[in-house]
Amino acid sequence: MYVYDQYDQQIIEDRVQQFRDQTRRYLAGELSGEEFRPLRLQNGLYIQRFAPMLRIAVPYGLLSSTQVRMLAKIARDYDKGYAHISTRQNVQFNWPDLEDVPEILAELATVQMHAIQTSGNCIRNTTTDQFAGVAKDEIVDPRPWCEIIRQWSTFHPEFTHLPRKFKIAVNGAVSDRAAIEVHDIGLEAVNNAAGELGFRVSVGGGLGRTPVVGSFINEFLPWQHLISYLDAILRVYNRYGRRDNKYKARIKILVKALTPDVFAERVNAEWAHLKDGPTTLTEAEVARVAAHFVDPAYQPLHDQDTALAQLDAEHPGFARWRQRNCFAHKKPGYVAVTLSLKPTGTAPGDVTDKQLDAIAELAERYSFGEVRNSHNQNIILADVEQTQLFSLWGELRELGFATPNVGLLTDIICCPGGDFCSLANAKSIPVAEAIQRRFDDLDYLFDIGDIELNISGCMNACGHHHVGHIGILGVDKKGQEFYQVSIGGNSGREASLSQILGPAFAQDDMPDVIDKIIKVYVEQRSDEESFLDTFRRIGVAPFKERVYAANH
Amino acid sequence: MQRIIKNGQVVDETWHLLPKDTTLDGLSNCDDLIVPLALWIAHPNALKARDGGLGVWLEAGEEIEEIADHLDNFQVIALNFPSFTDGRHCSSAYLLRSRYGYKGEVRAIGDVLRDQLFALKRCGFDAFALREDKDPQDALKAFEEFSEVYQASGDQPQPLFRRRA
Repeated sequence: MYVYDQYDQQIIEDRVQQFRDQTRRYLAGELSGEEFRPLRLQNGLYIQRFAPMLRIAVPYGLLSSTQVRMLAKIARDYDKGYAHISTRQNVQFNWPDLEDVPEILAELATVQMHAIQTSGNCIRNTTTDQFAGVAKDEIVDPRPWCEIIRQWSTFHPEFTHLPRKFKIAVNGAVSDRAAIEVHDIGLEAVNNAAGELGFRVSVGGGLGRTPVVGSFINEFLPWQHLISYLDAILRVYNRYGRRDNKYKARIKILVKALTPDVFAERVNAEWAHLKDGPTTLTEAEVARVAAHFVDPAYQPLHDQDTALAQLDAEHPGFARWRQRNCFAHKKPGYVAVTLSLKPTGTAPGDVTDKQLDAIAELAERYSFGEVRNSHNQNIILADVEQTQLFSLWGELRELGFATPNVGLLTDIICCPGGDFCSLANAKSIPVAEAIQRRFDDLDYLFDIGDIELNISGCMNACGHHHVGHIGILGVDKKGQEFYQVSIGGNSGREASLSQILGPAFAQDDMPDVIDKIIKVYVEQRSDEESFLDTFRRIGVAPFKERVYAANH
Repeated sequence: MQRIIKNGQVVDETWHLLPKDTTLDGLSNCDDLIVPLALWIAHPNALKARDGGLGVWLEAGEEIEEIADHLDNFQVIALNFPSFTDGRHCSSAYLLRSRYGYKGEVRAIGDVLRDQLFALKRCGFDAFALREDKDPQDALKAFEEFSEVYQASGDQPQPLFRRRA
């Protein structure tokens, strides 16, 4: 993974001092709350329901074991002993004291970490495929490009006060696990017919109040021009994005108002001034960054299909876990393993300090000392030898990470919701737990198969409910919490937004509602048909009928 | 008299910033004036004929392209921040310096606060009229906050990746 040089280190150390002084001035009354607010937000510090919430940046989800240990230490020393993996692959702490934040940042800086631009109206953490660099279907490793974008976006002086937040995602594989089409900018790394590397560029995707699937405005942007083109898009947005209404301030509204074609013309007109200028990327720079993402020292191994099948036969639990939580690796004899942070009874994505320490140790023993956070709020050991899989499974079971539910109904994406977040209209964690409890039969879960259930506690959509195969949105009706259900969303390639079923439901009804939706699918599916495919074939009507039948 | 930051130092303000509804009536001939964009657009020749210094100021929503062909007429271009979180004029300052080659003073006015100065300077501002309740002397510290930066901008045309040792 990327290792800071003296420049990178200097910048984050300067940042620690800057924020320490800003916090001091706020506490001394020299900065008003209103003046401090954007400063703390651009450092990931929210004032929450009970305490500040601090969001730490995990660039494109990649962490070293040293960094994971530091997160464990912070959870222990400054929080209540746990951390939360966010849907932007970042890490959140729910209970730090404001006064401690400068010290937390100083500790993070010792392991090349920070909280820069994890919130606020600026360019946020760039996200990517959690299986980057190891996926069999990968065409281009997106991580060097994410790091180049990270450096470009860090304290970009012109784009620190955009109309609204700005999110970029990069995908380099056949499948889109980075959900690029629902980002402000989505970049798909591709090779053209001549074998040259470039990017397909999507703009104006996003969730929130007005969910939109992005529009591709450039089918092939040669890699040299990535930064100048991003500058052009951001400049057009910074100048012409709406600032009169924060709910209409995302770039998607501008793209829609202008139409994607006109927006693309504006970008091209701006880009014409920048193209081939000093921000043109050099082969030397790309090589310098890419050198940090070369393959680790893989052994020449063979796939262990027979041996693993034998273990499967002896240990059905192992077989199930392998079926759901293991992901095919590009190298023979290796496999990527997802640690499920979704056991029933734990808030989705939560992990304790002890678990973090254990993960760091597992990473060192099994996976070259690195882990990845996924936007699905799980943690991945990307480079596990297949011969060690059985012993790893044993350790993961002890630690509570072996719930064989990755990609199943109980692998719920869920925001912190009304239990923590002051923006939320409704709680989300108890709804997730109630659904997990209802679907406690593993055979049934396996039979239902691949399905994404996403829950957001408000229309800001941190739980990405619009792109869940089933989406749940917490709403407030006269001071009471209700839940709107929608189905048919998809964040992958050919992304689509889900359709609302109808009137919202009370919290207690939610397990029944989900149960009915699943029953319609199970009855109507043909052979191996997935939930999403069945929905696309039969439409929303049969689900609607079943769910509202009892109310008539 | 207001004190403003110019080229990293606190100095006495000598220019008069005229309000938006200013007309030619009674306009001083000899004072150094920063006039609203609308007045410049309506009466460029009358303003050019004066003996005093001339500057122009733009609201956040007014576009730098309006004056791009006339930059030689202005010793000062002041860009207004209705709120310090409105970043539109960061792009204006960048364009003035990098695209239009403007060498005169680019001044930030309005809700201008210490914690934005480092970035504003990078975009191309070289003068800052801080909000009146703020101490410009204290704000000078902002310019020393970072010793290195990644991007090319108004102050530094070469991105760090072309400068790394």
